[in-house]
Amino acid sequence: MYDKSLDKSCPLRKPFTTVSGKQINELYTPLDLENFDYSKELGIPGEYPFTRGIHPTMYHGRLWTMRQFSGFGTAEQTNERYKYLLNHGTTGLSVAFHLPTLMGMDSNHPLAKGEIGKCGVAIDSLADMEVLFEGIPLDRISTSMTINPPAAILWAMYIAVAEEQGVSSDVISGTIQNDMLKEYIAQKTFIFPPEPSMKLIVDTFEFGTNEVPRWNTISISGYHIREAGSTAVQELAFTLRDGIEYVEWALNRGLDIDEFAPRLSFFFCAHNDFFEEIAKFRAARRIWAHAMKERFGAKNPRSWLLRFHTQTSGVSLMAQQPYNNVIRVALQALSAVLGGTQSLHTNSLDETYALPSEDAVTIALRTQQIIAHESGVTNSIDPLGGSYFVEKLTCEMEEEAMDYIRRIDDMGGMVKAIELGFPQKEITNSAYWYQKAVEKKEKIIVGVNAFEKDHEPISLLEIDESVAKQHLARLEEVKKTRNSAQVTKELRDLKKAAEDEVNLMPFILDCVKSYATLGEIIETLKEVFGEYEEPIDF
Amino acid sequence: MTEKKIRVLVAKPGLDGHDRGAKVISRALRDAGFEVIYTGLRRTPEEIVTAAIQEDADVIGLSILSGAHGVLFPKVMSLLDQNGIDDIQVIAGGIIPEKDIPHLKKIGIAEVFLPGSSTKDIVRWIQENVSSG
Repeated sequence: MYDKSLDKSCPLRKPFTTVSGKQINELYTPLDLENFDYSKELGIPGEYPFTRGIHPTMYHGRLWTMRQFSGFGTAEQTNERYKYLLNHGTTGLSVAFHLPTLMGMDSNHPLAKGEIGKCGVAIDSLADMEVLFEGIPLDRISTSMTINPPAAILWAMYIAVAEEQGVSSDVISGTIQNDMLKEYIAQKTFIFPPEPSMKLIVDTFEFGTNEVPRWNTISISGYHIREAGSTAVQELAFTLRDGIEYVEWALNRGLDIDEFAPRLSFFFCAHNDFFEEIAKFRAARRIWAHAMKERFGAKNPRSWLLRFHTQTSGVSLMAQQPYNNVIRVALQALSAVLGGTQSLHTNSLDETYALPSEDAVTIALRTQQIIAHESGVTNSIDPLGGSYFVEKLTCEMEEEAMDYIRRIDDMGGMVKAIELGFPQKEITNSAYWYQKAVEKKEKIIVGVNAFEKDHEPISLLEIDESVAKQHLARLEEVKKTRNSAQVTKELRDLKKAAEDEVNLMPFILDCVKSYATLGEIIETLKEVFGEYEEPIDF
Repeated sequence: MTEKKIRVLVAKPGLDGHDRGAKVISRALRDAGFEVIYTGLRRTPEEIVTAAIQEDADVIGLSILSGAHGVLFPKVMSLLDQNGIDDIQVIAGGIIPEKDIPHLKKIGIAEVFLPGSSTKDIVRWIQENVSSG
């Protein structure tokens, strides 16, 4: 039946707004940039305030890292997928852990039933980690790990595996997400309350500076904030204000900003509105550079750099007509490249159904490779620089984000703002606004509220229950063969260290090397730190 | 006599921490005139059923994106059964493979709302299928 409610050309809806609801003018001219000072607002790439890019040569010197977030089933299965990805062109690894690991639980925890290996790889102890990286040279491959409350523990496991390979901790390179503020705001994998969580994070900054200098100790994230429903400006503002909060806490500990700041990194979403995203990335670099140099007085130019990873938006991908997602991802990935990202993950077309199948992740990877090698966009740095539209949008996003940042400053900082429920409420409101806009067809989603059509089912990755059996068998084996007395001693020393408020990394390393499990370490820390209970609101 | 409002318990079973959908739906249901209780994250089937009984819920809405529905939903249904509850409708949504739906309906899940469902669909379903008290 012909749907008369849409005329044949499906005219665009007025007003013309971004996916975030931000109004965009029909035309931008030099008048929009009156008083715009090229050297002050833009500069050249590699020079303060880095609006055009953090390196003088950007992709001429080195392409962004193609880093596909990946993990499912047992460590063996994920190890196989990592080798596949490395053989087909990814240039860095990124680990997705299953829900029990993310929540600091072992796979034999009652709450782990039905969850083992489903959303990521099951890791309970160093034994699993050894299998995960079997045959992968950690002196040559960098690895990002998406893990938050237990980040220090997984980092310790990685350091231990590298040591077993003969690779010392000053050689390994990678990132731990380790960003608890956005957990309370958006991703919601929290265990301990904010204060002990911040303390543990600063421990990792300190340890990283001294022992693991090539490691990004944190990935200050906006992706999850955006996916939870925020606008682009909220994503920008809350992420950068989180960054400011981490710097303040580290300075309160007495750390030297120019030693830890160069290893802070960021993580943004690449959502649907092409130009809004590009402006967001450029504004982010400028805001951070200003904050580090002017607000905090950092002297090392490397402290001023906002280095970021991008993931294309999962929530923008649809179940209906899943092949449409390939196009969405391509456009989003392009915006990240034009925005100067250092590292990129592209989602797979089966995003709304399951973890990526091998075929789907190959297309996602090829998307990046085609942009890199065929599109020509890497020939010139910040090619959209100087566009009246993009420069104006960059300035507006910076202003609007700074408004939010000042408001949070006035509340007493981000930890305080979270206690007040401020960022959480902003996100909930934006998410609700967007859903209503879609239902009113003010925002069109192709295949969902327009241009609908049945589609053929696609073949999906399945995680069957044999995964749980296999993995639990290894957990049992580890507990049988390890030195229990040693484990008990290490956990006891860890608990005392937590009570004494010293840096916990060396103690966590000792626990991990004795094959104490993730769950055992977290339970020990819970005894000292307590647990966070989220206030219920919608 | 004013009619008693339909009471909906929106629940997050298992470890899944994605609450955008559950919160949007909770608000939409409240705007549509239902009484809504949201359980918050990471509730066990036991906690969900206890809450449904204590809150005198007419509907339980289970929101899950982790793939653990195959283990958790049967547990919820069996706990309702054990407690002699036969007048609460249970609906679900999130990331649930279509091939799993027939089995879920067999165990008593009245309807499954997949990605792309509108809040209007859910409100209408409740209005048409649920009576209060």
